Amino acid sequence: MRFTVVSFPGSNCDHDCVRVVDAVLGEQATLVRHTADDLGRPDVVLLPGGFSYGDYLRCGAIAARAPVMAAVRRFAEGGGPVLGICNGFQVLTECGLLPGALGRNAGLDFVCDDVWLTVEGQATPFTRGVPRERPLRVPVAHHDGCYFADDDTLARLEGEGQVIFRYADAAGRPDPTANPNGSRANIAGICNAAGNVVGMMPHPERCAEPLLGGVDGRLLFDAVRGVLS
Amino acid sequence: MTPTPPYSPEVIRQHGLTPDEYARVEALLGRAPTWPELGVFSVMWSEHCAYKSSRVHLRRLPTKGARVIQGPGENAGVVDAGDGWAVVFKMESHNHPSFIEPYQGAATGVGGILRDVFTMGARPIALLNALRFGRPDHPRTPYLVKGVVGGIGGYGNCVGVPTVGGDASFDACYDGNILVNAFALGVARADRIFLGRAEGVGNPVFYVGSKTGRDGIHGATMASEEFGAGSEAKRPTVQVGDPFTEKLLIEASLEVMGADLLAGVQDMGAAGLTSSSCEMASRAGSGLVLDLDRVPMRETGMTPYELLLSESQERMLMVCKRGREDELLAIVRRWDLDVCEVGRVTDSGRFVCRWHGEVVVDVPVGALVDEAPCYDRPRTEPPPPTPLADADLPPMADAGADLRALLATPTIGSKRWIYRQYDHMVQTGTVIRPGAGDAAVVRLPETPRGVAMSVDCNGRYCALDPYAGAGLAVVESALNVACVGARPVAVTDCLNFASPERPAVMGAFAAAIDGIAAACAALETPVVSGNVSLYNETEGRGIHPTPMIGMVGLMDDAAAAVGSAFPAEGLAVVVLGDAPPALGGSAWLGLHGDALRGLPPRLDPDGARKVVDTLLAAHDAGLVESAHDVSEGGLAVALAECTFAHGVGVAADLSAGEGGLPARLFGEAIGTVVVATADRDALLALAQRRGVTAWFVGPTGGDRVVITVDERRVVDASVADLRAAWEGALPAVVAARAPVSGGGA
Repeated sequence: MRFTVVSFPGSNCDHDCVRVVDAVLGEQATLVRHTADDLGRPDVVLLPGGFSYGDYLRCGAIAARAPVMAAVRRFAEGGGPVLGICNGFQVLTECGLLPGALGRNAGLDFVCDDVWLTVEGQATPFTRGVPRERPLRVPVAHHDGCYFADDDTLARLEGEGQVIFRYADAAGRPDPTANPNGSRANIAGICNAAGNVVGMMPHPERCAEPLLGGVDGRLLFDAVRGVLS
Repeated sequence: MTPTPPYSPEVIRQHGLTPDEYARVEALLGRAPTWPELGVFSVMWSEHCAYKSSRVHLRRLPTKGARVIQGPGENAGVVDAGDGWAVVFKMESHNHPSFIEPYQGAATGVGGILRDVFTMGARPIALLNALRFGRPDHPRTPYLVKGVVGGIGGYGNCVGVPTVGGDASFDACYDGNILVNAFALGVARADRIFLGRAEGVGNPVFYVGSKTGRDGIHGATMASEEFGAGSEAKRPTVQVGDPFTEKLLIEASLEVMGADLLAGVQDMGAAGLTSSSCEMASRAGSGLVLDLDRVPMRETGMTPYELLLSESQERMLMVCKRGREDELLAIVRRWDLDVCEVGRVTDSGRFVCRWHGEVVVDVPVGALVDEAPCYDRPRTEPPPPTPLADADLPPMADAGADLRALLATPTIGSKRWIYRQYDHMVQTGTVIRPGAGDAAVVRLPETPRGVAMSVDCNGRYCALDPYAGAGLAVVESALNVACVGARPVAVTDCLNFASPERPAVMGAFAAAIDGIAAACAALETPVVSGNVSLYNETEGRGIHPTPMIGMVGLMDDAAAAVGSAFPAEGLAVVVLGDAPPALGGSAWLGLHGDALRGLPPRLDPDGARKVVDTLLAAHDAGLVESAHDVSEGGLAVALAECTFAHGVGVAADLSAGEGGLPARLFGEAIGTVVVATADRDALLALAQRRGVTAWFVGPTGGDRVVITVDERRVVDASVADLRAAWEGALPAVVAARAPVSGGGA
């Protein structure tokens, strides 16, 4: 199975994504640069975290207009599974593949910590079969992860089952105190209407090996592998 | 107009040169220096570049060892990590800029130390920092803490190098001079280390990275209107960091090095283009000729003087192998960075700069580097510390209240408010996260091995006894590394002191060097890199001597690393080591008045070595479930800290301890470790075989911290209550409303 990891100047989790795919999953990972017009026939596309183009202007705004994004858009519109993590989520909202926007954290500080996530929707290739009975423990690391959408959009997301992850406490309750960044409705991740494009602020690639203190993130990668094989 | 000789005594003084030093410049050149040459001597002969007050003493540090691949003198130290891998590391200060503009000062400190590491061909995999702020209630402290932490995070998070650990404390002596010491570690193949050498006559010299601006020019502040520089010269001299460009520079540099295109490389740090060129030529015994007009410039109207002295960030000087120029250009341009050939390596032994063809600098490299002043400044022996009489000790009314109060001081309290703002997990290698263990542990990429790192120094001990205090910083950091299960292997230091022109400061500096040397010799941890920061004083008031130590350790199996907190109930808590508890300079003394009195903890390098070896043997035997060294706040604080992470309490009986009640609870027995073990008998037997004192203090369990002495229950507090005090310490400091003075972020 082939994963393409898109690398923008300033991406800094691109190699972490490659590592999960090849060293942990044992699948094939290809790094594709921002200037590429071809993704190399992938089965899955990952948009990694980092500070693409320094996050100057707005997080993800310049990357959303990078040449490679035309190919990402074609792949997504063809139904291919796309996962945007952290900066990758910001890029997906900036290019319109996902609704809403990510603003400065409510506390104004960068937040790096483990959070608990409830799995709200299983109708995406990255959450199919991921257990909903217990919350997942996954790290966040961002300065701009406060998810915002207007009331109509939010109602549509909730109504259509497009909210995929919510910040929760260890017992799985979406308590406001468990929200690290002030996101509306504790939203940590969403998908598009078709369900094949998912964006999330937490980093599943950072908790896919026991050595790093957790393996819940691996469930997402295993899910997409299961869907495609 | 460019000033010309003869220069007034005032101009010479503004360039940091004494009349005697200036006379030597003229003697070495056989003429008066040109204006740019004066600038070049000014920076190359500065304390910062020439280590002129410290060099004679630094020679006494042990720098050799079986694992040392590169000791001091290069951009960073290099140590063999096994199986063909090497770790490359260094610590450096950015104190003064951080006090003026905390966000950018701290951010560019991180940028500079990262460049020192990747310049050697190593990919940076970890950052740490050691911070010293003024007293918590000083009006400027909240602003400085927020700015420094924000700047470190803003830079490290963006470049994608995890900030995995550090140390922060607060003391009135830093009110006017905070310390921001940044540590970086990278990993490289041991046979692929790059040196800062201008090798190969005729090789082209390339400038790579950000354009050069007027930021950081000492001359700009010194010269001002007197030289007709106009208002441009008045802009702030603090450099501004661009971590995005640094990230591109890391990738481009490592790619260029991987393609074997370079004969030498060095970043442009302090004193910019001047020091990078001269140091590279000096190390290689070669010369350089540079065409300054070709340097990429950010501003118009820049002069040779400004180009030579600018400290603009994110710039590298690369000596390319002849014939490989096009490959270098292609790689660097693919990373969208400025690159330009600016000169050639020569065999003249001279540093020559041209400006549109005209020679404006022509000086022997040796005059700038080897002939730089080296002083053995007058010094006075530090006065011996005086013991405290029992009558001098404050009364202890309520040990439980004192324990809670100590945990609520920001020096001892949780640092979560800080490290939560640092991305400490990027690169997916962090095994022991900040706060989880006595040292940070990251895995060595592509191996099962781990690298452990800790930074440490107690300035109060050093103020009372610089020899013991400096040695104890080595001991503490070595114990930290051993606590997680790694063998301490080498040290980088950052020696922060007040003015070397005061004999008492110089005496303390010399004694601290000897203390570090003694401890490093006993622990077989040579000093492989470092930095000296002098003149940390304001209005005649200096900081405590603060020789910060960064210790690096190695372990075969990163997965075997242990944390500092009790992981489960029913374990036996054992104290290893026989260092006596000391109240002199202790946090407990500080709680009740002036802490700067009495005898600080004793330095026993050989005893510390035995504890380290015993602890590592215990790790190997699988006898260590958690380990935490005793430091500020003594055994009571150490025991309480072990209960927080997992909410597992402890019932400790300290009847077998030494001294009165305050000493037993809060005496700082540096060199002892709190170990939780599942096999008490085996651990005690192992310690006995090795001749190390070990005593069982009690079992883990429950949700309280209970301490008894001679059948009297002196502390009985809930873990939750103590933890709340400990966690609230730092947020309380930064929540204080403070006037924001001095502008800034």
